[in-house]
Amino acid sequence: MSDLFYKSAAELSDLLCAKEVSSVELTQAVIDRTREVDDKIHAFLSYDAEDALRQARDSDRRRADGETIGPLDGIPVAVKDVIAVKDQPLTCAAKILEKFISPYDATCIANLKRAGTVLWGRLNMDEFAMGSSTENSAFGATANPWDLERIPGGSSGGSAAGIASGESILALGSDTGGSIRQPAALCGVVGLKPTYGLISRYGLVAFASSLDQIGPLARSVEDAAMLLQTIAGHDPLDSTSFKTPIPDYRAQLKKRDGSWKLGVPVEYFGKGLDDEVRTAVEKAIAFYGEEGCEIEEVSLPHTDLAVPVYYIIATAEASSNLARYDGVRYGRRSDEVKDHVELYFKSRGEGFGREVKRRIILGTYVLSSGYYDAYYLRAQKVRTLIRDDFMKAFETVDAVLTPTSPTPAFKKGAKTEDPLAMYLSDIYTLNVNLAGLPGLSVPCGFTSEGLPIGLQIIGKPYREADLLAIAHHFDSRHDFHRQHPQL
Amino acid sequence: MSYEAVIGLEVHVQLKTSSKMFTRASNRYGEPPNTLTNPVVMGLPGVLPVINHEAIAKTIQVGLIFGCEIAEICKWDRKHYFYPDMPKNYQISQYDQPLCLGGTVEIEMPGSARNVMGEHKNIRLTRIHLEEDVGKLTHFASDSLVDYNRAGAPLLEIVSEPEMHSAEEAFAFLTALRVNLRFVGISDCDMEKGQLRCDANVSVRRQGDNELGAKIELKNMNTISGVRNGIDFEIKRQIKALEEGKKLVQETRRWDAAGGFTTLMRTKEYAHDYRYFPDPDLMPVKIDSKWKTALASKLPELPFDIQRRFMKDYDLPYTITSVLCTDRPLSEFFEKAVQVFNKPIAIANLVANDLQRELAAARPGSPLPLEQCRIKPGQVADLVRLTNEGSISKQTAQDVFVEMFKSGEDPADIVEKKGLKQTVDAAEIEKVCTSAIEANPKAAEQFKAGREGAINALKGHVMKATRGQANPRMVDEILRRLLS
Repeated sequence: MSDLFYKSAAELSDLLCAKEVSSVELTQAVIDRTREVDDKIHAFLSYDAEDALRQARDSDRRRADGETIGPLDGIPVAVKDVIAVKDQPLTCAAKILEKFISPYDATCIANLKRAGTVLWGRLNMDEFAMGSSTENSAFGATANPWDLERIPGGSSGGSAAGIASGESILALGSDTGGSIRQPAALCGVVGLKPTYGLISRYGLVAFASSLDQIGPLARSVEDAAMLLQTIAGHDPLDSTSFKTPIPDYRAQLKKRDGSWKLGVPVEYFGKGLDDEVRTAVEKAIAFYGEEGCEIEEVSLPHTDLAVPVYYIIATAEASSNLARYDGVRYGRRSDEVKDHVELYFKSRGEGFGREVKRRIILGTYVLSSGYYDAYYLRAQKVRTLIRDDFMKAFETVDAVLTPTSPTPAFKKGAKTEDPLAMYLSDIYTLNVNLAGLPGLSVPCGFTSEGLPIGLQIIGKPYREADLLAIAHHFDSRHDFHRQHPQL
Repeated sequence: MSYEAVIGLEVHVQLKTSSKMFTRASNRYGEPPNTLTNPVVMGLPGVLPVINHEAIAKTIQVGLIFGCEIAEICKWDRKHYFYPDMPKNYQISQYDQPLCLGGTVEIEMPGSARNVMGEHKNIRLTRIHLEEDVGKLTHFASDSLVDYNRAGAPLLEIVSEPEMHSAEEAFAFLTALRVNLRFVGISDCDMEKGQLRCDANVSVRRQGDNELGAKIELKNMNTISGVRNGIDFEIKRQIKALEEGKKLVQETRRWDAAGGFTTLMRTKEYAHDYRYFPDPDLMPVKIDSKWKTALASKLPELPFDIQRRFMKDYDLPYTITSVLCTDRPLSEFFEKAVQVFNKPIAIANLVANDLQRELAAARPGSPLPLEQCRIKPGQVADLVRLTNEGSISKQTAQDVFVEMFKSGEDPADIVEKKGLKQTVDAAEIEKVCTSAIEANPKAAEQFKAGREGAINALKGHVMKATRGQANPRMVDEILRRLLS
């Protein structure tokens, strides 16, 4: 069977059920594909083919014994190197954790193990998930499979590129300000950032605790729904995870058959939006109109405050969360130091990259005595206003449609010397994290140069089923997500 | 010129809970280093804290004991500083909204004599909040070792108002705090084990001045008497400095218990900026009045209240109540025994003296907990009843008590089995007395001649002949009658 590695999880699930394909065959296909293309892409920081095949054999044995666990049993899922898997590396693409092996499983990983998935490889990312291009990885950048000279987006660049290049069937990413949706858009795959609290953060290395969420990257909306199903739900180990019933997302994909009220926020179509992206997104919006959706202009007046608010809250929390990497108990440790203070300075000085240091310094500054009220507290108040904007819009519409990223994938190195320009790549996604809402990016076109474009759909809290159904209505009637890059 | 010292205490108390503050790892003392850890305790990448509600409940109870105002929301903040004993390099604590605000601790100053109750005072509290403990560092010549067993244990910080004026008051405050917290089962408060730790802010000013003197923070006082000695030294040092015309500035000093002096640790310029902010990993916990009421209903009567009641209702002397009422199992044991046989003083004596002594002797090092000993309150009551009825002498009762403690048997059974019952039959005693006089004519003559002490030889004869079972008072009476 040709190109197993480009099939969707839903198709593969059926093939596995019909015993037309074994998990070992599928996993081997993914391993071979990775060995073939990853020198060019560098989606993975590490992988253990033997371990993956062992899991695949276990899955095949279960199937032979009639004890298959669920629809994802035997299907490879690659994991961003920021989510803990027992006995696997957990580097966060940072030198300071270069040799760290996790002694425990994240809750979402425990769920995936229970679902019988084949946990496959550690995906590249911006160091500690800080960045929008995966160029901040301490272990080398990832290339965009559609144009190897370009970035795949970030910080979950390895996850998006890995799916786009056939190096995994499904992937987990994490999204603090757009880190799943923006690379998904730039690599032409589906990426979902769930509502804050839907998926346990236990085992997700924290960047900004009040913004971080784990989410699926996949080849289709249906695949994303299947992966979300497996990892969503309350976890007693995460006090911020929400107790809410989890619907059957896949069964609800055809919900309401396209009759939705959708909002288009004027603030997301202004200066800085690339013309080709605008055209593709407007076309997608027009499609929904033709399908019978009510399209309504809405206003989210505090949109332009997202960048300053985000870079205060996220850096403040990051400066605190990253304090633990000091070389005392684990991780990179500088030798030849005269006391513990020098141990901190040297281990952290050598172990963190430039962007991470920049954010730690920013965050330390905004939390300092005398500045807290002016920065952090004020930012939290504006954050409430941003959420209120959305909640007001949701009084009249079911979801909001926007571009995911203002531009398609840019060239490597284009923004590395200009942090502010880099920060602006997330201008359409940051607000969703600040408001704690679910957001999904679905492929909606290509530029004249053949670069993917993403449509962002932002939904009401805990209404992932709606979001997936809206997105499914689009991708089941288009084939943007079925295109593959030439590698 | 006379001076006044102003003292405020900052006391840390480890809560006695089964698990740590933000994870299920066990909370115990004395285990091998770094065995009470897990990914959360060690601050590994990706872990999250989960609130221990038992610790919140205990803190609310402490607030209720001291009449604090209990917050409606229990909120958490991160306090940042880099030190190897802190796994995350921040401590989860409470900054602007402590669980308990205000309140007072009733203290007792030393009385004029050992058996006289001292003056009682109320010392106001500023606040009580809950946080997590840090690990323990042991320093060697060229390196240091860290034990994280203690890291993450629930820890109370109790801050008093600066309104104590002597080392004695500070000592009384700590004692009262410890007695109350132990009594209610909040903490064992063993300073040797680090379960109670105390820093003091000490300043000195001229009598009558309104402004406070420079605040000197005193650390490393590892015993309650260390606190007393440290503060005492510091007050004298500061007064001497002022008298010499020196200017005192805010600083932190370390008490050297072996040397008996304090040394400079750091001055104000090195104060930390803790960069407090609300912990985004934890949701605030709502404390409703139902929970508070339920916790209040589980609180026992408090030590000073029990002491006042025992002195009034049972007419117990102060000295005995100060032993009985600082120990909850002991005071409950006493009251149960009194309900069985209403002779409070005799029972109190057995409980406060004999029982305490046996508990201490039963286990080397630390006394045996009362719950683990075999003797039951009803048995002590029975023993007092037997003595009171004259079935056994007070002397015998003490021996029977030791036997009861060892075997857990009823006193009546022990008396029966060992044949310790006093012979109450007066006729038989008279017979033995008569033969004693016949056998010791010399002693009888001497007694009759006025030598009081000679009767003891006759008594000895009787007791020997009756194997100690004759009531000594009766023997004395009969002998005197026969010899008169």
